[in-house]
Amino acid sequence: MVPVLLILIPLLAGLATFFFKNEKAVRLWALFSAIITLVISVLGLTLLKEEKYLQHSCEWIQTIGSRFSVKLDGMGQLLCLLNAVAYPLVILATWNSSYKKSNNFFALMLLAQAGMMGVFLATDALLFYFFWELALIPMYFLCSQWGGERRIAVTFKFFIYTFIGSLLMLVGLLYIYSKTPDHSFSIESFYNVVLSNKEQTLVFWLIFVAFAIKMPIFPLHTWQPDTYEQAPTATTMILSGVMVKMGIFGMLRWLFPVVTTASYQWGDFITSAALIGVIYASLIAIQQNDLKRLVAYSSIAHIGLMCAAAFAQNESGLQGLILQMFNHGVNIIGLWIVVELIERQFGTRKISELGGLAQKAPALAILLVIVALANIALPLTNAFPGEFLMFNGIFSSSTKYYLWFTLMAGMGIILGAVYTLNMIRRVFYGNTNELTAAAEDIKWNEKLALGIIVLIIFWNGVYPQCMLNEISGVTEPILKKFEILRYTTIPK
Amino acid sequence: MNALLLSAILGVVMMFSGILLKSKAAVRNLAIAGISILLLVNILEMSGTVFFRIDTKGMMAFDNFALLFNSIAFISTLLYLLLSARDMEKVGVNYAEYFALIFFILCGITLTSSFRSLLILFLGIEIISIPLYILTGSDKRNLKSNEASLKYFLLGSFSTGLMLMGIALIYGAIGSFDTSVIGAFTGTTPSALLIAGILLLLFSMAFKASVAPFHFWTPDVYDGAPTVFTSFMATIVKAAVFIAFIRLFDESFGFQQKQWQLFIAILTVATLFIGNITAVFQQSVKRMLAYSSIAQAGFMMLSLYAMNTDAKEGLLLYTVAYSFATIGIFAVLIKMKDYTFDGFNGFAKQQPLLAATTTIFLLSLAGIPLTAGFLSKFYMLKAAMGTGKNLWLVIFAVLMAAVSVYYYFRVIQAMYFKEGNPQPIETTPVFKWTLVVLAAAVILLGIFPNLLLSWYYF
Repeated sequence: MVPVLLILIPLLAGLATFFFKNEKAVRLWALFSAIITLVISVLGLTLLKEEKYLQHSCEWIQTIGSRFSVKLDGMGQLLCLLNAVAYPLVILATWNSSYKKSNNFFALMLLAQAGMMGVFLATDALLFYFFWELALIPMYFLCSQWGGERRIAVTFKFFIYTFIGSLLMLVGLLYIYSKTPDHSFSIESFYNVVLSNKEQTLVFWLIFVAFAIKMPIFPLHTWQPDTYEQAPTATTMILSGVMVKMGIFGMLRWLFPVVTTASYQWGDFITSAALIGVIYASLIAIQQNDLKRLVAYSSIAHIGLMCAAAFAQNESGLQGLILQMFNHGVNIIGLWIVVELIERQFGTRKISELGGLAQKAPALAILLVIVALANIALPLTNAFPGEFLMFNGIFSSSTKYYLWFTLMAGMGIILGAVYTLNMIRRVFYGNTNELTAAAEDIKWNEKLALGIIVLIIFWNGVYPQCMLNEISGVTEPILKKFEILRYTTIPK
Repeated sequence: MNALLLSAILGVVMMFSGILLKSKAAVRNLAIAGISILLLVNILEMSGTVFFRIDTKGMMAFDNFALLFNSIAFISTLLYLLLSARDMEKVGVNYAEYFALIFFILCGITLTSSFRSLLILFLGIEIISIPLYILTGSDKRNLKSNEASLKYFLLGSFSTGLMLMGIALIYGAIGSFDTSVIGAFTGTTPSALLIAGILLLLFSMAFKASVAPFHFWTPDVYDGAPTVFTSFMATIVKAAVFIAFIRLFDESFGFQQKQWQLFIAILTVATLFIGNITAVFQQSVKRMLAYSSIAQAGFMMLSLYAMNTDAKEGLLLYTVAYSFATIGIFAVLIKMKDYTFDGFNGFAKQQPLLAATTTIFLLSLAGIPLTAGFLSKFYMLKAAMGTGKNLWLVIFAVLMAAVSVYYYFRVIQAMYFKEGNPQPIETTPVFKWTLVVLAAAVILLGIFPNLLLSWYYF
């Protein structure tokens, strides 16, 4: 019941939005739908927490063994919540930005939400693939239609990149399917499939490429900064806040439990690439003069760290990862909101052209500083528990390079502090110039959106146990599989 | 059997309707009524009502596969006529003859979908081809149309010659035209005669289906022919050839699969590669669609490569997905004055409904989920995967599908994201509604393919 509603409401609301005429009505309608989705998602976490409400399964394409089966379970619930929280925030924060043909804009946004919900909920591989693509198509149109000057070429690159990844993933899924004894796409059959070592490696890479492009992991990240820069900011918020988590989530749900041996064997290689990406992206972020690109590179760095934690393949790392997926989503949306506010007011994103904003817009400055501190995972902010656990995971992982990995990840955090604090200093402090002298402080809706984010930051920072309780034990099945591997020698 | 006789009769009726009926609208309506009846009697035959019982001495078999494909072809033709019949007026003065030729082609299609004897296959292919030569050259004053017709005729007759030669060689080796007799051949080492025959048949069918390296006629003929007829040629006729292709190789040469499978794999790779890569460089949407039809043929070849249940089901779905989408795009293209990609600039502002439906068709051709195009490609991949070997072929196919996104999306980009002022076009409500129905069918089949495929097992 709950998972079906979570997909249906944004889907139907989105389709209906195409036919709206009045811009104001469109916004209200989108906000209304987003809030309903949020309420249902919260209900699913609290009141309706019974097996019968949380899953649904019915016939779909019987002849090929695919069912429409969705389930709100431990792994997906925080991401569904993130998806549901993100939309009201984004709509609120961009209340004053105007979009041409706003009905189409919000319709596509809601369709993307439905797609992402489906990705987090599907327990059937073909259905998963359907939603995976369904989330991408609206994004393509959003970025190409409402983006910046170079939008068409940039978005096309993004689309082709992810589409190649998805198709390879499809081949991988089909391969597993052809090996399942009962010829079914259901997640249980996938988990029970037995593949030889060589097959595992093949399938692992076919599927991993799709996730690596989506996250993105160095060196497949080249589409990301351009796309984030050119996309309309509301879309960028969703892209970087929610959509990139699809890649990590996909790994946890569809990769590790299915091709465990290969995930174990290739762990060091991928962790290295991810961590090189962390340092590389951080170094570029330090050099950036464009606010959007800075946040984009910061996002690559954070995702790289998450990927490394995933491949640590122990409890601490995975728990931290799941926690951090949610919190990073909230924080990065906060950062994008600030960028959007600055760009809308001054018409520029160049850090060198800004300065002294704190004198003119104190509320904005305070809120930004909190979000920025959360971005560098200061204790008492929401990112701290997650990053701490992830570090712990990387440090205690069974690889022989664990010390190097921890050092590199640590470097990433330090560099993260450098570019974030540097950005605050140059944009908000110092002297005002002609451009920023006339700055106004933020409006109520923006205060509300940022205020909610700050609340989440503190709540999860001070009392992370609340969420940790939710996700305790969800990584158990994956860990068990890895545990067995560690004590057996892998045949060559 | 119903459809076979009725389509031939309707062809003759349409030929004379030009003399008897004065207004073009009457001719058109008669043709649309005719195709509707044709569809109806075929559906009746699917549910067991056969009007004519003629003993074909086992030369034809109207099984589910054949009847279902006939229905697909007739529905596609009905939609095609609803969309584009008006535009045939612009081609030339012999309005009624065009419909007559189309009905004769349909007659040929019913033969090729249900043959049990190589002779019937030959007859069917010829009955399809000869009217097509005429339709290609129907724009008499256009040099390109004449050139295309001549080229098509010369190359087409040559390939027909090869086909006859192949049939003769097979007859020499086995002593029968009957596909089931040929299929029952159990000799351990096939004679050189038989292998040569199979290869010649493969080449000539590959020519008709525009499979590389026998595709060179396709772009020129599709480009030169009047666009209304290109639409028919590239969709329904091509689908029919593929159905005949898979039937032939399934029933006659299934036992030799090991011998020709690698051959088919190479042809598939070549077709996918040439079709997709060349389409990328086209400037005209019409020519792009010609190459896209080659590329799609490459995907359909996967079903021949795999030759299992999935392959047959998948091919049926593929013919629907491909025909519907391509007919829809062509129907819009016919209305345009400028066939280049730039001609579509700003199209979405001027014709939001047409642009939206065209987008759905393009997404379907590109194989994006939620459209029939995705599931049909999916079935092809699944069938090829089911053979359990040559994974590289599947990977190559999906990479080429990614390339195809490039040229299909260029049209979407032009329609939606680029500024421009296309010339206004006239549409009728029927036209718009038919497009909407087509688009809805594409999406519906993309979610519930069994709406179609369950007919296969009824």
